[in-house]
Amino acid sequence: MPDEVPRPADEPVNSGDGERRIGEAIARAKAERRPAIAAFLTAGFPTRERFASLLSAAAAEADLVEVGVPFSDPMADGLTIQRSSRVALENGTTLPWILETIGEATRAGAGAGSDTPPGPTRRSPVLLMSYLNPILAHGFGAFASDGAGAGIAGLIVPDLPLEESHRLRAVLAGSGIALVQLVTPATPPGRLERVCEASRGFVYAVTMKGTTGARVDAAAAAEYLARVRRVSPVPVLAGFGVRSATDVAGLAGFADGVIVGSALVEAIERGVDPGMFVRELRGEEMAS
Amino acid sequence: MTEIPEGGRAAAGTLEDLLAGRMPDERGRFGAYGGRFVPETLMPALELLERGASEALADPAFQAELGAQLADWIGRPTPLTRAVRLSERWDADVWLKREDLAHTGAHKINNAIGQALIARRMGARRVIAETGAGQHGVASAAACARLGLPCTVYMGEVDAARQRPNVQRMELLGARVVEVGSGDRTLRAAIDEALRDWVSDPESTYYLLGSAVGPHPYPWLVRQLQTVIGREARAGLLLASGDLPDAVVACVGGGSNAIGIFHAFLGDPEVDLVGIEAGGSGAGPGEHAATASRGTPGVLHGSHSLLLQDRFGQVRDTHSVSAGLDYPGVGPEHSFLAAVGRVRYTSVGDDEAVEALEECAAAEGIIPALESAHALAGGRRLARATPGSTILVGLSGRGDKDLGILDDLRRTGRTTSDAG
Repeated sequence: MPDEVPRPADEPVNSGDGERRIGEAIARAKAERRPAIAAFLTAGFPTRERFASLLSAAAAEADLVEVGVPFSDPMADGLTIQRSSRVALENGTTLPWILETIGEATRAGAGAGSDTPPGPTRRSPVLLMSYLNPILAHGFGAFASDGAGAGIAGLIVPDLPLEESHRLRAVLAGSGIALVQLVTPATPPGRLERVCEASRGFVYAVTMKGTTGARVDAAAAAEYLARVRRVSPVPVLAGFGVRSATDVAGLAGFADGVIVGSALVEAIERGVDPGMFVRELRGEEMAS
Repeated sequence: MTEIPEGGRAAAGTLEDLLAGRMPDERGRFGAYGGRFVPETLMPALELLERGASEALADPAFQAELGAQLADWIGRPTPLTRAVRLSERWDADVWLKREDLAHTGAHKINNAIGQALIARRMGARRVIAETGAGQHGVASAAACARLGLPCTVYMGEVDAARQRPNVQRMELLGARVVEVGSGDRTLRAAIDEALRDWVSDPESTYYLLGSAVGPHPYPWLVRQLQTVIGREARAGLLLASGDLPDAVVACVGGGSNAIGIFHAFLGDPEVDLVGIEAGGSGAGPGEHAATASRGTPGVLHGSHSLLLQDRFGQVRDTHSVSAGLDYPGVGPEHSFLAAVGRVRYTSVGDDEAVEALEECAAAEGIIPALESAHALAGGRRLARATPGSTILVGLSGRGDKDLGILDDLRRTGRTTSDAG
């Protein structure tokens, strides 16, 4: 188990500071006058071996990395992530393997194992996105200690609304893993405040109704994101439907960052390097 | 505050709490089970549904309209038939609660018409539903036709192939049938897809869930609409025989007909309640759908309940000759009833169920659905264990839809999930 692995003395993997590391990553982007980019990868996809190097490549360019734990019944996900999740499960991807793989990458500075030279963002915090059941099966307590040991900074659980989240939140609080809550355009005002106040690290603002993988309308999202920002004590990251540099630029003024998922998974399916894809999203490189 | 246990089969509550109407609690829990584990997008819709359904069920005008539909359109009360020849063969006193004689041929219509009335009352512009064997899809399509609501039904490709007549019926009733090719291509994938549809448009879409599963308030709502089965059966049996049965047997997939027939008897400690799950082709992973008897706690489709899963929390594939029982989860109230020991859950395999279907057809002139045949097989086992006992069997639906499967079985001499 990761707890038994000695941690490098020069870089404590986690000292109860997931929220701080996430906050710093978002603040760095802000200082550069750009939205933070969180890159989503499905763990174990397209193969377990490739995933490890994709993780390093994504961590070298993105401000945050979100690793999706594949689940057999991904009810909040569209076709792309359903497909990548199925392949990942067929590849034998499990939560213990994911934690181990992330732990190795974190300890190696997230740059080793690929050709990407270590850069200024090489310690991009890694968050897990997992449906509740794999976490339940692992056990909340074990997940908190194994996750902290692997250097996980945060956790997003799409099927754990605020009302059901107290116990996991309490267990994670002791381990420094930030439990990120989601809000949507349908979340009523009073509830929006409660969810934002409970969210740690940032609040995940789902830009639209529906599953992942559709296309965001930045103009329509603007009013909603402004509403979330007004009440949220934590940074606001917009997700669902962010597919291109145009989308990122369109959301830039309204959110502290964006989360790109399905479009990145599709790029990986086409063989595109995730680091290059993130640079394209930032407008630094023209789309190929 | 009730919290999710991690492993172990916790009850966290007593049967008395349930009988006193304190379950589900305000968070939708039956002890440790139930709750509301859904994407944030659905939370406002579920809260709205909880309010809308509670108000409707408490409104005498709504109850009057529901009662009229149950009587004049569905044909309730359904008969209680004494199975004379099965009684002789099994050396028992066997009674059948005839939900096969309800309009559209199964108990599913009780819930479908009730929820469709709620959907209309709440101003829904369209209704969506999932279906396994097709019975809930047909019931939903019929109820929506009756009330003039557009209806879309999600059905797994495997189920659509093995229950073709029901696809034709749904289409004739004006529903759009969407065959689901993702996931395991059965009931579970159909629920996943219906939830995705609902997430896309929770304000104007009503999700007419067909079993006593899913996030709160569905397990409660479906139960409330199905308890008419047990109320009628209990009163009917008291009238006909002057006594309560020794046992009540019902099949359990998600568990709506079972919760419907059991509820009236929960407070009769002398009545043995037995839920029969699909034993499929064997006891190995993927060979059966015996969730309440062999599952472990987990979260699927919005509620915390017993679940067939691997040690990493991935939901297992299931198998049953009966599409309606072929599901890796079970309603949270059943998980609770199993935990407190009020209901015993056991399983009957494909072959034994098919045999019971054939026996009932030949002895009683009734062709039960393959789902209901599991309950009959369970009743026969009980009779053998305790000769002379009075056994009430929930005959949840008719078997016309299964003729294709039976034909294939006869031709190939085997039972497989891909039959048809």
